[in-house]
Amino acid sequence: MKRVLVGLLALGLGLGLAQQAPLKIGVVVSATGPAASLGIPERNTLVLLEEQVNRRGGVAGRPVQFVIIDDASDTTQAVRATRRLIQEDQVLAIIGTTTTPASLGMIDVVAEAGVPKISLAANLEIVFPVDEKRRWVFKTPQTEQQMSQPIVRDMAASGVKTAAYIGFNDAYGEGWARAFEAAAREAGIQVVASERFARTDTSVAGQVLRILARNPDAVLIGGSGTAPVLPQRTLRERGYRGLIYQTHGVANPDFLRVGGDLLIGTRLPAGPVLVFDQLPPDFPNRQVATSYVQQYEARFGIGSYSTFGGHAYDAWAILRPALERALRREQTTNLAAFRRVLRDEIEATRNVVGTHGIFNMSPTDHLGLRFNEAAVMVEIIKTPAGKLDWKLLRTFR
Amino acid sequence: MDWTILSFLTADALQNGTIYALLALSLVLVFAVTRVILVPLGEFLVYAPLTYVWFLPAEVSGLNLQGQIPGTAWLAAAMLLWWAILDRTNLRRAGLLALSALGVLGLAWWGAQGVPLWLGWLLAILVVLPIGPASYRLFFEPAKNASVLTYLIIAVGLHFAFMGLGLVFFGPEQFRLPAILGGQTTIGLVPVNNQAFLVYGFALLAMVGLYLFFTRSIYGKALRACAVNRYGARLLGISPSQAGYVSFGIATLIACVSGMLLAPLISPAYFQGFLLGLKGFVAGILGGLISYPLAVVGALLVGAMESWASFQASAYKDAIVFALLLPILLWRSLQSQELGEED
Repeated sequence: MKRVLVGLLALGLGLGLAQQAPLKIGVVVSATGPAASLGIPERNTLVLLEEQVNRRGGVAGRPVQFVIIDDASDTTQAVRATRRLIQEDQVLAIIGTTTTPASLGMIDVVAEAGVPKISLAANLEIVFPVDEKRRWVFKTPQTEQQMSQPIVRDMAASGVKTAAYIGFNDAYGEGWARAFEAAAREAGIQVVASERFARTDTSVAGQVLRILARNPDAVLIGGSGTAPVLPQRTLRERGYRGLIYQTHGVANPDFLRVGGDLLIGTRLPAGPVLVFDQLPPDFPNRQVATSYVQQYEARFGIGSYSTFGGHAYDAWAILRPALERALRREQTTNLAAFRRVLRDEIEATRNVVGTHGIFNMSPTDHLGLRFNEAAVMVEIIKTPAGKLDWKLLRTFR
Repeated sequence: MDWTILSFLTADALQNGTIYALLALSLVLVFAVTRVILVPLGEFLVYAPLTYVWFLPAEVSGLNLQGQIPGTAWLAAAMLLWWAILDRTNLRRAGLLALSALGVLGLAWWGAQGVPLWLGWLLAILVVLPIGPASYRLFFEPAKNASVLTYLIIAVGLHFAFMGLGLVFFGPEQFRLPAILGGQTTIGLVPVNNQAFLVYGFALLAMVGLYLFFTRSIYGKALRACAVNRYGARLLGISPSQAGYVSFGIATLIACVSGMLLAPLISPAYFQGFLLGLKGFVAGILGGLISYPLAVVGALLVGAMESWASFQASAYKDAIVFALLLPILLWRSLQSQELGEED
């Protein structure tokens, strides 16, 4: 008797699950390779979200499944993973990937198959201008143009008249050079030097000398990871006393470790989630950011969060309500039609509060962030305990 | 460009050029004796300071490594053990090699337990040092009498392997190391890091040491004999293998010490060795990979070019330095017919 009951129960469960086919979402992130320090928190965040959503009954009563593939920070692998997710796994939408070049490479594939994609990479070109192909592509991280605004405004407020730029001689540094120089021109700040260095360089004395010869009021260093420590150290060693700005690419604990005390006083723009506990109480995304960090740290350890995981959280914050609305309009069995409806619903995103800002998409804007909520100015300080930390300097609301 | 800027640039050129000179000397030494272009030398240069990071107390390194043994120690021990297995017919030598494999692990364990800074400094060099000679035994000696090109291909392969291992052992980020001599001294108008004087001191010491070694000691003379004519040297009872171990050992030692002295100035990471090694190689080429004084001159020239280029057109710095190679290679190939040919 008992056996029969167990059997019936199993049958029932099986039938129940069969009716409740999971909503499959494809995820491509760079969990290994040079971009791993960004990709790992993104992957962790999505793993966390998947557990949480399914524990609370899924989306519209259906479980969600993230099919996660690591692209090893490589464009070819990212494109291959995208094809696999679309053809073999028949995913409804794709989140990813971490880096700009690979995200650009994925556009053709998703546009051809008609699958909506939410990228986690920074560059504006991923979603702009919205054309036949980019119709299918959305993204969550702030662009260099948006992050330049707080820097330039902070410079203007600090009385800076002339500024110099030194950045990576790659896409990141060039993107920042263009964005910063345009924003500075608008604000009436003169850019008196624009220098480049390589991530692998062991000396930047020549570039720094050129900057010092022009004696700017402030210097912006456009790099990510820990390599931007070198120009900053060289500037200080050569006696530069002006303001030093970095970009949000250095908002990681390794940068503080390698740079040490010479970083004190450095200013950088960052997503508000970096200083979630210092945001003013009425800051619109304070609550979301705080709860995200608490959940992340509860699962992966205190101090483990970074701003990058927040981009993945925001991608789901946009996708989830869009999925719910699309499910009311179309069957997922009708895959091509469902993907089309889902794309329209993502584009119809209004007032979604994420960790990095408030998203308002439109047919011409597939990012939908304003820098006012999406960026804050942060200063590196030494806490009374003798540790370096990020301190909120200014918000732009 | 005025005098102030020129003197600043010269100081920078001297610091970089000295490191390239040390690497160029090592490359010339190894090439002369074994016909190997030791591409992975730059990896040895960063291995030593990165290993040192693992021996630093947590409050200095800012990391919590909990007494982990650095990956380089496992690598060195594994290579020594492999060497012992290859030389198993010579029981005494095999035994010694196996013992030194254990010794390396022991030293690394000791270092990771927390030792004074100076002791950790020495231990890091001792741990990395065996990787050099062992590379010769494991990867180059089996290809006896191969062409320069074959050796070069093996060396490039080793470079990729060691760089990849560096990423596995130490992770993708840079590290901060304590300087032996902190602070700066102003000479004329130019502030120079005191640590840089140690680099200059070591470079002088290495050059004088090498000179004395080659002119006064029997080992040095044997190496020179090997460099001049390997066949003849063998007839006189000089073992080419031993000459190989000694030259690889000296080159690795110079690279390791240079790396340790340079590290506080650059925040080392696994990927930084290659470019330093490559510029040392360019300098060595200027001397045709046979002349030590010309290699040093070449290194200073590369350093000067680099400083000048980074001031004038920073986006094209490396392009300018490596473009320097082309006219010089052309000139050298017109000058000599048989550069680095076999026997």
